[in-house]
Amino acid sequence: MSSLFTLSILQSALELGCIYALVALALFISFSILNIADLSTDGCFTLGCAVGAMVTLSGHPYLALFAAMGAGVCSGFVTAFLQTRMGVPSILAGIIVNTGLYTVNIAVMGFSSNVNLFASDTIFSLAKEKLPYGWYEDWYKLLIALVIVLVIGVLLSLFLGTRLGLSIRATGDNEHMVRASSINPLFMITVGLCVANALTALSGAILGQYQKSCDINLGTGMVTIALASLIIGETLVGKGSMFRKITGVILGSCLYRFIVALALRMNVPAEALKLVSAVIVAIAISFPYLKDKYSFYKLRKNNRNLFRKEGGANVSH
Amino acid sequence: MLVIDSVSKTFNPGTVNEKKALDKVSLTLEDGDFATIVGSNGAGKSTLFNAITGNFYVDEGRIVLGGEDITYCKEHVRSRVIGHLFQDPLKGTAPHMTIEENMALAYLRASTRRHAYFSRISAKEKAKFREQLALLDMGLEDRMKQPVGLLSGGQRQALTLLMATMVTPRILLLDEHTAALDPATADKVLALTERIIAERHITCLMVTHNMHQALSLGNRTLMMDGGHIVFHVSGEERKKLTIDDLLEQFKIRAGKQLDNDRILLSK
Repeated sequence: MSSLFTLSILQSALELGCIYALVALALFISFSILNIADLSTDGCFTLGCAVGAMVTLSGHPYLALFAAMGAGVCSGFVTAFLQTRMGVPSILAGIIVNTGLYTVNIAVMGFSSNVNLFASDTIFSLAKEKLPYGWYEDWYKLLIALVIVLVIGVLLSLFLGTRLGLSIRATGDNEHMVRASSINPLFMITVGLCVANALTALSGAILGQYQKSCDINLGTGMVTIALASLIIGETLVGKGSMFRKITGVILGSCLYRFIVALALRMNVPAEALKLVSAVIVAIAISFPYLKDKYSFYKLRKNNRNLFRKEGGANVSH
Repeated sequence: MLVIDSVSKTFNPGTVNEKKALDKVSLTLEDGDFATIVGSNGAGKSTLFNAITGNFYVDEGRIVLGGEDITYCKEHVRSRVIGHLFQDPLKGTAPHMTIEENMALAYLRASTRRHAYFSRISAKEKAKFREQLALLDMGLEDRMKQPVGLLSGGQRQALTLLMATMVTPRILLLDEHTAALDPATADKVLALTERIIAERHITCLMVTHNMHQALSLGNRTLMMDGGHIVFHVSGEERKKLTIDDLLEQFKIRAGKQLDNDRILLSK
């Protein structure tokens, strides 16, 4: 059993967990806060990776991250425009944009289905050169991923405390109230989706540099995975301040990666990974519901036992 | 001052469900006027409110508020100067946000537009919110960090009232805002409403199904039926009116009994 939990598994699970946590944070904005299922996440993730990869390839790994975020903002804006100004239902708007992005992504990668960055500098390789040699030598990737996700997490929790952030939160929480209190819900949905998709694309760009390649199918299933991380996180930390919730999402993402890594260690063939993911997601999402049900059954059983013990006679008078 | 000039609205025109909800309704409220509205089911009371708030645009007519024509003004723009309380206490506040955050949203109206977007709630504002909450005498000033979802219906409605009047609105619309509360809480919220309206001299329209309130609150009473204002009374004449007189007037003007399934005739 001890061979299941090696340090390197923990390390790579944390690395991927931090990188994918940005997508989970994006869904935290669109799904939890704005109450919109943004199905353009898959395509947007690949878009971020593709844009990031092309800019990295031309020798600007830092600029790549911002370029990817810019691309994400555009994608989010189109999704938001479709639902706020064209009357397209939100789920359809996401699907439409997702479909369109496939072509856009292929085009960004120069009409090829993959790009590799083996010869290019990445934020990881540059950081490795700059960092002095030390005990963390093997951990530099995790260090960078962690710093990025922490900075984004703090910025996001600060942002959600501003008037704009509060307005976005209220839009998803109670639309009646928002309309009665001088906030334009359409504008808030647009801003929210732009921020969310910027984070999704940023995550894609970092992943591209991390694994030194970009593939057109990279984003497939991303929305499900991010949703699982989000829900694991929410179950883990429960209710509380924005900062606490955001921390929960990041932890949830790391935990999800850890579960996947364990599944892989148990000799699950790589082809079965998507199925394993789907099962994990289904369990994670239904867990809070099943927990409630279980506590109800327990309560009912206890009450019945108690009733029997007392002879069940108390009712008659 | 609110001027509603022969406003009409038909829902589902050209279909079997066609309904003329407002039929050339005209009404002028002077500054400081407080009018109560009673009427049968489907008389157009809520439709009139929704026309004023901009929930939909009217088919014809004009709505002028404080000298500004708002007939085709967007809902979120005109809500800067309109306070609106719904019957459902859950509609007026965001349940997953704290009391403080809800109040900060309401206070957005006062901010001088764009540059305020990235500002956070200041300590000065928190103190101001706290002071206002203390006036409610519900102990809410010590629960400012709690989500509004934990409050009772009455507390939420009182908070909504505070939020709607935090920046004095040009008009306050109360759509049976105490109807879903228990009698004791309803009395408390109503007393609060009267106090705020009197202190700040707010122009107000209030829908009620309580005939006693219809005559005792404010300075004018309107009766609506079938999309028309069928009866209108104010001043000395109103003071002499009893609930029976009011029902009798409705019968004469509308040609039928007042059929509101929730009507309250007594106190």
